[in-house]
Amino acid sequence: MSAKPTPLAIDQLIDDRRTRIIVCCGSGGVGKTTVAAAIGLRAAERGRHVVVLTVDPARRLAQSMGLTTLDNTPRLVADVKGGTGENGQPGSMHAMMLDMKRTFDEIVEAHADPDRAEQILANPFYQSLSSSFAGTQEYMAMEKLGQLRRADEWDLIVVDTPPSRSALDFLDAPQRLGRFLDGRLLRLLVAPARFGGKAGLKVLNAGFGMVTGVVTKIIGSQLLRDVQTFVSAMDTMFGGFRERAEYTYRLLRMPGTAFLVIAAPENDALREASYFVERLERDGMPLAGLVLNRMHRSPAARLSAERSLAAVEALQVMPESETTALTITALRLHAERMRQVAKERRLADSFSAAHPLVPVAQIPAQPEDVHDLDGLRLIGTTFGQKAPGDAAGKG
Amino acid sequence: MVVSVRDTDWDGVRLHVVTGKGGTGKTTVAAALALALASHGKPVLLMEVEGRQGIAQLFDVPPLPYEERRVAVAPADDSRPGGDLLALAVDTQSALVEYLEMFYNLRQAGRALTKLGVLDFATTIAPGLGDVLLTGKAAEAVRRKSGGSPVYGAVVLDAPPTGRISRFLNVSSEVSGLAKVGPIRNHADTVQKVIRSPQTVVHFVTLLEEMPVQETLDGIAELKEVGRGGIQPGGIIINMVRQCPELPDEEAEGQHELPALEAGLKSAGLGEDGKLAGDLADELADEARTQRGQAGQRRLLEAAGQPCYELPLIPDGIDLAALYRLARSLRDQGAA
Repeated sequence: MSAKPTPLAIDQLIDDRRTRIIVCCGSGGVGKTTVAAAIGLRAAERGRHVVVLTVDPARRLAQSMGLTTLDNTPRLVADVKGGTGENGQPGSMHAMMLDMKRTFDEIVEAHADPDRAEQILANPFYQSLSSSFAGTQEYMAMEKLGQLRRADEWDLIVVDTPPSRSALDFLDAPQRLGRFLDGRLLRLLVAPARFGGKAGLKVLNAGFGMVTGVVTKIIGSQLLRDVQTFVSAMDTMFGGFRERAEYTYRLLRMPGTAFLVIAAPENDALREASYFVERLERDGMPLAGLVLNRMHRSPAARLSAERSLAAVEALQVMPESETTALTITALRLHAERMRQVAKERRLADSFSAAHPLVPVAQIPAQPEDVHDLDGLRLIGTTFGQKAPGDAAGKG
Repeated sequence: MVVSVRDTDWDGVRLHVVTGKGGTGKTTVAAALALALASHGKPVLLMEVEGRQGIAQLFDVPPLPYEERRVAVAPADDSRPGGDLLALAVDTQSALVEYLEMFYNLRQAGRALTKLGVLDFATTIAPGLGDVLLTGKAAEAVRRKSGGSPVYGAVVLDAPPTGRISRFLNVSSEVSGLAKVGPIRNHADTVQKVIRSPQTVVHFVTLLEEMPVQETLDGIAELKEVGRGGIQPGGIIINMVRQCPELPDEEAEGQHELPALEAGLKSAGLGEDGKLAGDLADELADEARTQRGQAGQRRLLEAAGQPCYELPLIPDGIDLAALYRLARSLRDQGAA
């Protein structure tokens, strides 16, 4: 027996004006970015003022929204059909792609005087940190989210998360980077003299020679000097980093935020989704539900795979003709699809057995990739569904 | 020296780097390739670097420690017994401790520093250091010798996804640029020599879908650009290829299809459902669209100028038997 999960109606979520941020997370390759764009478009066409923040550099997605490229500035998506909101006001949609280096540069420029900013931007360590540090992308995605929220120009922000090695990284990385930049070890390494007078740190100081020795051995003295220059240049901003990370973390926990875990009906993706759901629950994050993307359906679900294949056998003993050949092809194809549907349903059921309280939405598989707004719109038409599984569930 | 009876497309290659967009089955393909290579008789090392324990899950063994462990034996070749397949999950911390021990006899200190968080700090503070330690471990395994001959016939590296692969492999150069002098730079230079030699190729795993195909083509271009000709792209492995039924000609589609289906269903005893023929015709049309899209993607991949291999979709999930089957298929196509 399988418990039916609560259906998740995405339309309700986006029609609720209290929803201000939707975070789409999940492992790579499940169509996260496309779903985020489809949610953004749907919300805009239902009267919301939406900005979609993506970290996926897929050109095709930009093109599907009628933009040549996506960059670090929100761009207006044309051809959004408005006027369907509750109050009859037309909505709007902007889209942007995170440029992590640019975003980092902007923080520096905003918080340091011009000379100092220039000094920081030219530092080799800063340049590596801002373009290739594991976690910078996650930190900057959260930073950008915070900026967009503070700007208050949009009433809904849809964000998809970086393709981290683990989908959980983006929750931890900002704090890790914040901790790192604010960290005592970094300060100690860079300016040991400051701590010299404190008795409690004597032991640490005794071992300090070894620590710097090893760190120098590992990374070389040149890098260490670059880091020292960087840190002293950044000193004024340091406290800010952890604060900012904590601000976005708090923002994510507020009731106006909704997390959607996106998954494809496959073992790996659903396992990752499970981890994610557990983690969000543990952290008290507002989880709205699971979105199962690319679910196969059949318009002829009343004909089972077994009956379909039995009919194939019946036809095979008849005289060969184009008619029977075509029918056999169609019936086999149908049986294959029904098996796919059954397999996906099994996977969805076992997820719901483990997480009975998590609402679930399903997005049907599209025969073709999304190329334009109409493709995104088509995905959006499934967001109002009341009971997932019903479309293919009877018969 | 034993000379292989039949040539493969990658004779002389000892380090196979396998990348691919998330969801394309990169780890499965890396494992199948490693098994195929081991069937030549020599032991092969399969490495993962992202801390996901994907190999352990695939071979249904407990999580791998930082230690080379046998996870399977390759199927016997016509004349020779199959070689062992060993697996290793590398993490930067352990690799750094090992590095400190190898070069500075600092094992105890390394442990103490790990506890203090100093090593975590060092790998964090030095961009690229983590990656150079990971690729360094692969390079070390490739070069490792015992009694004058290489320990491993080949090393297969289950690498980060396509979007990060160029930076991952080129990182030694980035480190070289950063740490202008010092032991890490020397280490990085050695690693780069292995990666930028004809002994190393980078294979791309993809599906016949637009996004992964685009990423593959971009990845190959980026690799050529970043590597400035030094890092060799290898094969394109198209994974999870569905056995597609042959469909009627496009011209026939939609015209004679519906009456023919109605007649066919009637003779199969399914005539009482008047809407069935129409619904099945819709499914046929979906299938035709999908097949056309896939054919287009296949043409794009074939035009990339790298050898292409195809692996079948295995609907019931990947177990050891399925891995053997995929390995066999790679061998038959000359990929190993």
